[in-house]
Amino acid sequence: MKDEIKLMKGNEAIAHAAIRYGADGYFGYPITPQSEVLETLEALMPWETTGMVVLQAESEVASINMVYGGAATGKAVMTSSSSPGVSLMQEGISYLAASELPALIVNVMRGGPGLGTIHPSQSDYFQATKGGGHGDYHLIVLAPSTVQEMADFVGLGFDLAFKYRTPSMILADGIVGQMMEKVVLPPQRERRTNEEIKRQCPWAVTGKEGGRKRNIVTSLELDSAVMEKNNERFQRTYAEIEKNEVRYEARFTEDADYLIVAFGSIARICLKAIEEARKEGIKIGIVRPITLWPFPYDAIRDAAKNVKGILCVELNAGQMIEDVRLAVSDSVPVKHFGRMGGIVPNPQEVLDALKKDFINPSDSKA
Amino acid sequence: MKDEIIIAGFGGQGVLSMGKILAYAALENDLEVTWMPSYGPEQRGGTANVTVILSDEPISSPVLDTFDTAVILNQQSLDKFESKVKPGGVLIYDPYGIHHAPTRTDIKVVPVDAMEATIEMGQAKSYNMILLGALLKMRPDVPVEAVVRGLKKALPERHHHLIPANEEAIRKGMSLVKE
Repeated sequence: MKDEIKLMKGNEAIAHAAIRYGADGYFGYPITPQSEVLETLEALMPWETTGMVVLQAESEVASINMVYGGAATGKAVMTSSSSPGVSLMQEGISYLAASELPALIVNVMRGGPGLGTIHPSQSDYFQATKGGGHGDYHLIVLAPSTVQEMADFVGLGFDLAFKYRTPSMILADGIVGQMMEKVVLPPQRERRTNEEIKRQCPWAVTGKEGGRKRNIVTSLELDSAVMEKNNERFQRTYAEIEKNEVRYEARFTEDADYLIVAFGSIARICLKAIEEARKEGIKIGIVRPITLWPFPYDAIRDAAKNVKGILCVELNAGQMIEDVRLAVSDSVPVKHFGRMGGIVPNPQEVLDALKKDFINPSDSKA
Repeated sequence: MKDEIIIAGFGGQGVLSMGKILAYAALENDLEVTWMPSYGPEQRGGTANVTVILSDEPISSPVLDTFDTAVILNQQSLDKFESKVKPGGVLIYDPYGIHHAPTRTDIKVVPVDAMEATIEMGQAKSYNMILLGALLKMRPDVPVEAVVRGLKKALPERHHHLIPANEEAIRKGMSLVKE
């Protein structure tokens, strides 16, 4: 059977994919450029079909704590927001990580800092990959660059979150949230029954019956000796994730003289720049990290072996570039190109930046 | 085949809808398509624009600096996008409200009296469909039949009775393009 191809916005794809996954609940608060996630869920009324709960909470702080509550019962629950809203959620996200709860958080980034603009940005890379909230924790961070990936990463994000009992995040931006393109939605799955949840999530608070110890879901542990053990367990989980779950896409890297590293929507703008450059005989390859944490250090190191320079292209002042530099040490010069505050560069600007940094460096003195 | 299109005008003129209907028509015609809108407060006044890319190959960047085709509905958009049309490209515009007409000679400039035609036809809401008709005449990327099927998908069912009027406007727009 031919899969049905639909045309929709990335934000709409997130909503459809959540219902198709058999998610149990969504809690969120509207903010541009991701309000269509909540709007689409409200329009589709999944509570009448799959039984999925959709609730507009009173704030982002309430949303993330509702997610905490739902996740503690073993349910597949999620929220979505944009940069300022995700900042408000950081305490709750840290609690989710510390309580080893699976959940999905979507951040459709806009230009910051502060309330900033409503236009696309990637300036929450540090927040998403290096903590964001307090304490030693990581989120699994997935960076979609197409509407198809917006849909696919909902299921992947939930699956990874449940596999490792840790929250995962889809880190998108206003471009991939607002643009429409073709998408094939995943097949509709049944929501798990309470019995299935009890079997799959023996740690969850599902109502204690006789014969087992009570489950306590908490991030508080006043005995530091135990808290250190907890932290060691978290770190073992993160090491497993780093070993198993690195994802990236590498293109045109075999014969490349230069390498671009870019994630999300800007990677597509870079791809167009690479196509144009090939017409001029300039060979550029690209590595697009799909998981921003765990970061594809090895893939970048391998792709950089024979290149004269790496241009890290981001919609920010230079954040992922720190991880790219860690990947290659000082073996290759690494430069950054980016626009900030909601401005998106076009393919020509990317190509000009690469030429200025590596091919005609004398021009840049002007 | 690849057509990189910018459609630009005032918020409320139907710029984003025109792009959306074209995008759905492309879907109906098995083409690859991206639709990237300007979003935010400009939808409620001020300028609005949308980049639509149709291609028979996968599309890389949804954001572009130059275009094969421009459909321009107001002076601000003409000022902004005239220089962004690739040499040999097509610029379609409605002279209504335009004080400084396009001056480029290395592109095909196509004036379409769409506002005049809408007034004549007595259906102000199909203004954008007249321009879409002109676009389809100049760039037969998708057949009109696919556009009609696209309209069915792009419009909510309660508006489906308007599809014949839209089709009429599209055909009117096609006829307004002078060879």
